[in-house]
Amino acid sequence: MNKEVAISVKDLYKSFRLPHEQHSGLKQFIVNIFRRNRVKGYEDQRVLKGLSFDVKKGDFFGVVGRNGSGKSTLLKLLAGIYTPDRGSISVNGTLVPFIELGVGFNPELTGRENVYLNGALLGFSHKQMDAMYDQIVEFAELERFMDQKLKNYSSGMQVRLAFSIAIRAESDILVLDEVLAVGDDAFQRKCYAYFAELKRKKKTVILVTHGMDAVQQFCNKALLIDAGKIVEYGNPSKVAGKYLELNNNVLDSTKTSDSHLMEANDWGVVADVQHEIKNDKVIFNIEIKARQQLDEAVVAFLLNRDTGETVYRWTTDSKSTLGKAVTIKKDKPLRICLELENIFPDGEFDVQLVIKKIDRSINYALFNRILTFRMINPDIQKRSSHWKPKETFTYEQY
Amino acid sequence: MPLKISNVLKQRNMVLLRELVITDFKLRYQGSFLGYLWSLLKPLMLFAIMYVVFVHFLRFGNGIPHYPVTLLLGIVMWTFFSEATNQGMQALIVRGDLLRKINFPKYILVISGTISALINFVLNLIVVLIFMIFDKVNFGWSALLFPLTILILYAFSLAIAFFLAAVNVKFRDIGHIWEVFLQGLFYATPIIYPLQMVIEKNVAAGHVLMLSPIATLFQNARAQLVGTQSVVTPDQVFSNPLWLLMPYIIIVLVIILSTWYFRKSQSKFAEMV
Repeated sequence: MNKEVAISVKDLYKSFRLPHEQHSGLKQFIVNIFRRNRVKGYEDQRVLKGLSFDVKKGDFFGVVGRNGSGKSTLLKLLAGIYTPDRGSISVNGTLVPFIELGVGFNPELTGRENVYLNGALLGFSHKQMDAMYDQIVEFAELERFMDQKLKNYSSGMQVRLAFSIAIRAESDILVLDEVLAVGDDAFQRKCYAYFAELKRKKKTVILVTHGMDAVQQFCNKALLIDAGKIVEYGNPSKVAGKYLELNNNVLDSTKTSDSHLMEANDWGVVADVQHEIKNDKVIFNIEIKARQQLDEAVVAFLLNRDTGETVYRWTTDSKSTLGKAVTIKKDKPLRICLELENIFPDGEFDVQLVIKKIDRSINYALFNRILTFRMINPDIQKRSSHWKPKETFTYEQY
Repeated sequence: MPLKISNVLKQRNMVLLRELVITDFKLRYQGSFLGYLWSLLKPLMLFAIMYVVFVHFLRFGNGIPHYPVTLLLGIVMWTFFSEATNQGMQALIVRGDLLRKINFPKYILVISGTISALINFVLNLIVVLIFMIFDKVNFGWSALLFPLTILILYAFSLAIAFFLAAVNVKFRDIGHIWEVFLQGLFYATPIIYPLQMVIEKNVAAGHVLMLSPIATLFQNARAQLVGTQSVVTPDQVFSNPLWLLMPYIIIVLVIILSTWYFRKSQSKFAEMV
């Protein structure tokens, strides 16, 4: 292996067997003996599907991806906690075995006892810890609390203590997972100062984070994973941009609409919704096709938050819109373009489409979660459950 | 990391082992009024019950000199065996958070589970020795062999713990199975009754009992401390030396099998625990 390379990953695959609940015990074992079609009791979940990349010595390497994309699995493989199914990982130098902060922290022990236990997990002897103890406590700003049990600490205090111990680790490669998630501003500044120091010292660091400013500020190289595959690799700004795109789902909506296509019931209704998020507005393009004529139909477009509440509703029969029912003819697609003012706060949203006869006697179609997307609007603090965005729409049938 | 003595003795691993054992001890009796004393009091109370039931009422061991102290020693050894195997079995599960987040030699967890049982055992042995002195037991040269017997007992318990711990990761039922098995083994081992009692009634049954490594080690340990006039040793039971070797062959087989199985399955512990 090239001496400049700290970690080399080639064609890495990993899947897990996820046992179904209640299926791994003796009972299932015995039941299976008497069954012809044995219940498998587990399903294979493929988490990483062929990753290859190199981390050079002195790299500040960022790993980003949405929740469940396989980041943590990758880190655990790098740290040697998991063994790969296929492919190879070669590590040149020692690697801090930590994946998370405060591993092994026990709530029933005092802060002091936890420091020694955590230190032992990092490979420090009691004597070495004695020598470092005061510095650790000082850095964590917890002098008054060290003889209290850890369960009486706030979560921020626990992270401060864990971080203060972890940065003592002396190894060639450091792996840091989501350290910035907890902690107040002052502590985050401390973290950044520590990162800057690592960068100055040309340490090899692998940082897993959701904070794109940290990626752009410190990393010289980054990796974006989605669904177990590498989406973008290399330039941190590009990776950060792509990550934000992924989160906005803009990527998906520009692709073919097949993924959103919904086939429905006897009425043969097919509907599709595409969306585009801009700074000031959100645009939805809705298309509805029917294989039979839908008489006196009312089309309702609902926007729901992930909490389940409906925050916006648009119907063809309300006074501000068409004010009447429409007839959707056979094989003549109906197109509705809806432009809403972007006043929606941070969070996950999904679109629900309902088509009914105006007298509610027939449900022509009900499409749940026809589209899901995420809004990133940190400046909007409004908490009311129902929004009234300015809306414009076009409606046409061919 | 392979399971090798040299790795266990590495400084880093020793430090970790030490901290784990200390933590275990601190946590076990936290919030209890008598604290560590409980590890002494429990076997003594158990002994008191057994003494009243079996020696006083049922008159087991009537006419056998020093029977109460051999009973006490048996109970203390049994407590150790059952604690070491149970704690070792649970060690990987209890510390699952560590397994999932750090790469370190997994066997350290099992060893740390058995070591706290070992520490308890040593403390208990001191109490037993004090009782023996009060009971005017004459210690002979054979007492020097006693630590060797304990060492074999520890190695055997550790090996069983390795096996149970590895199985327990994917098959939690083993805890219940082992509990029942231990209960059976307890009565199949001459602890609360003297071996003489069985042999007087049925020689063959005595032979079967003494094939068990636990029975053999217990009888040897007691004979080494208290003397052969009170305890029947395996060589008094078997005339054929091959039978005498059987328990030791079982021990060696268990050690080889458990180590092999643990090493084979340890790479999956982090995913399955």
